[in-house]
Amino acid sequence: MTSDTRVILICSGKGGVGKTTLTANLGISLASKGCPTAVLDADFGLRNLDLLLGLENRIVYTAQEVLEENCRLDQALVKHKQQPNLSLLPAGNPRMLEWLKPEDMQKIVEMLNDQFQYVLIDCPAGVEDGFKNAVSASKEAIIVTNPEVSAVRDADRVIGLLNTHGVKPVQLVLNRVRPKMMQSQEMLSIDDVTDILALPLLGLVLEDEQVIVSTNRGEPLTLVGSNSPAARCYSNIASRLQGEEVPLIDPAKEGSSLKDKFRRLMQTKIF
Amino acid sequence: MTLRDLINKLLGRQQASAATARERLQLVLAHDRTDLSPDLLDQMREEILNVVAKYVEIDVEEGAVSLETEDRMTALVANLPIKRTLSGEIKLKEPSPEVSSNQDPN
Repeated sequence: MTSDTRVILICSGKGGVGKTTLTANLGISLASKGCPTAVLDADFGLRNLDLLLGLENRIVYTAQEVLEENCRLDQALVKHKQQPNLSLLPAGNPRMLEWLKPEDMQKIVEMLNDQFQYVLIDCPAGVEDGFKNAVSASKEAIIVTNPEVSAVRDADRVIGLLNTHGVKPVQLVLNRVRPKMMQSQEMLSIDDVTDILALPLLGLVLEDEQVIVSTNRGEPLTLVGSNSPAARCYSNIASRLQGEEVPLIDPAKEGSSLKDKFRRLMQTKIF
Repeated sequence: MTLRDLINKLLGRQQASAATARERLQLVLAHDRTDLSPDLLDQMREEILNVVAKYVEIDVEEGAVSLETEDRMTALVANLPIKRTLSGEIKLKEPSPEVSSNQDPN
């Protein structure tokens, strides 16, 4: 293995918290910063990364055919037309659920190590075989969670499993943050979540309707140079992954109207 | 406590839901992380109290055994108030032969 390739697992435990959207946007972001990046869809039972990247019609082969020596790696890699530094590799065919083993996943990632600086693995939800396969090939991990009790609980379980597999560092991305709800203390705060999970915060992503618009189109926000709140957050996360120091967006400062100032006053700690 | 919490309390309103979410999560995670069910914890609490009560007189009503979690470390915390004599000394139990004979050799 080439040691300087960063193989990062993007996982959450719970489904629907934004793993795939983060993988797509982070992949585009890193690629546009000049890093050759591969995104590997390890969720081959229910794969969606192709759809978010707008590459669903261009998949011919998967990593499975490469391992069976039915095609070459470069035939299975789907290069993004607008961002050629980014390639997608689906792990397997949805019809072959039983097929993939941890060793296969390790072989796939080893093949990618030669060509890419970043390999982002989009992990399936749950903690069963699909998760174990993906973990076995990963060096570090990003946990995605929402400020909701069910997502945080599942994240905690996954963190425990990552620790036992020796994956590190494990960093946290808090997704779908709603500043107004946090200000009125009707949503777990950033500190609540980082304290409970005891992980370093890689970044937060503000709730943003544009995310839905971009998935409708198959064009990640970071691809089209959007300046929407979520797009800025994704881009910041990519920069931090590369070691740049980018200050966190303070959700409390997202609004500066009198109403927002009053909200901030109301959350002042008095004792 | 925040200013909002205080006002809610003064008006007799429910506290903001984030605080409730945090408390519920902390509790459920403490149990998740140890695989201990509340039933098992209760059973353990009782046994611990009984063992300690063999040696010193403790206030069984006040005794509490709970799981506390901080920075992914979970600790079993037992709080067992020991009764004192009037002169302020700790009340020791008389070593009784009955106690040891009660123990099952298995």
